[in-house]
Amino acid sequence: MDKDKPSSGYSLSVNDTSHEISKSWLGESLLYVLREKLGLYGSKNACEQGECGSCSVLMDGVLVCSCLVLAANATGRDIKTIESISDDDSLTDVQKAFVDAGAIQCGFCTPGLLITIHDFLETNPEPNVLEIREAISGNLCRCTGYGRIVEAVQIVSKQKSVGKGGSDDSS
Amino acid sequence: MEFHIALSTEEVCSLLAEDPTREILAGGTDFMVEVNFRQKDPSAVIAIDRVPELKQWRHDGDAVSIGSCVTYREIERGPLSTIVPALAQSARTIGSPQIRNVATIGGNLGTASPAGDMIPVLLALDAKVTIRSINGSRDVSIDGLITGVKETSLDDNEFIEAIKVPILKGPQEFLKVGPRNAMVISIASLAMVTDPEQATIAIALGSVTAAPSRAREAEEYIEGFLDWDAMTVSSSVLPNFRRLVGEASSPINDHRSSAAYRTHAVGVLGQRALLRIFESRDDG
Repeated sequence: MDKDKPSSGYSLSVNDTSHEISKSWLGESLLYVLREKLGLYGSKNACEQGECGSCSVLMDGVLVCSCLVLAANATGRDIKTIESISDDDSLTDVQKAFVDAGAIQCGFCTPGLLITIHDFLETNPEPNVLEIREAISGNLCRCTGYGRIVEAVQIVSKQKSVGKGGSDDSS
Repeated sequence: MEFHIALSTEEVCSLLAEDPTREILAGGTDFMVEVNFRQKDPSAVIAIDRVPELKQWRHDGDAVSIGSCVTYREIERGPLSTIVPALAQSARTIGSPQIRNVATIGGNLGTASPAGDMIPVLLALDAKVTIRSINGSRDVSIDGLITGVKETSLDDNEFIEAIKVPILKGPQEFLKVGPRNAMVISIASLAMVTDPEQATIAIALGSVTAAPSRAREAEEYIEGFLDWDAMTVSSSVLPNFRRLVGEASSPINDHRSSAAYRTHAVGVLGQRALLRIFESRDDG
């Protein structure tokens, strides 16, 4: 396959910064551009077929596998990657909960899971275990540490519920 | 690099008329897998996922007309989930949240995989596909559109505009078998829809035939044993029904399953769907 076809460029908005992408191959995925052209290595490349969720990003606020997005078709859309998850150098509530619950083993799946869980808790702040499992069903952890990942989600959920003065059944 | 972002159906029509070799990109969840694995090297692409009229659905008489770029997520979670419940059930079993957020109903039909999970539901519901080109539009049935394994009757200058799905009042079910609950490509699937007003039942099979297929003999057989007022079915006929559903399949052996297992499984799914809709009665 000829990856060096003459081409025109396009622009991408990633983490509120505009980037001009040139010398592009039409078929290149958003994941490829993020990692190989923009140096954003937080989105991981594993399966390239949408199976593992390691490359999850938000596109116009919607959780997607960046490996399944044609990069040129992401132009004009707001891309947010794991690199933008925290406003500063501090950890987010979900990141802290991952540390506290020991939800990290090799760490490869962690960025994708963090993006996914942040997105999920925004729409469903007090999920049950089944809902958590369905929400992370597109993120594979090959260390199989799902129990602690689910626990981390529950920790955040409980904090959020206490924080807003909601029902606290932990007493 | 030739890449077009279409913003109206008219624009899609004229871009395809100009050069019918241009490829249509909807949600991209099948398209990009082929590209990533170097099975496809696109040279000219038309993205249709920003065309407003393709992203909407509306009531159309006794049916809903669903734009081809409506996502699985919307079908699973939006108002459509109660209007066409079996379609929502199938949407929920496809891929992961990430996939369902972008994958489209039109893409499921256009890819025309025997394992496309919306296909048996749409076939059982007798949905019609509106196909559009610069020459106008035409409606085809699901089995008129999908003619074989990843083969459709679409001409190069045509694209799928909408799917018209009849609204039925009766219960409907979609069931599938695979190695886990998420991210599963069906080994066997089955859709069953009922219309108590007409006293009819329709059954369509997935992943066990090359092209979309109804289990007509099983439908005709079981209709004689259904009590539509009590919503019951005679328990003694279930083994025959299960066998007839299995016999409607013509599966292959592949890396996902043996043909024998698929035939068995689809019969079990038929019985399971039937018993979720009709209570078993013992005629003694």
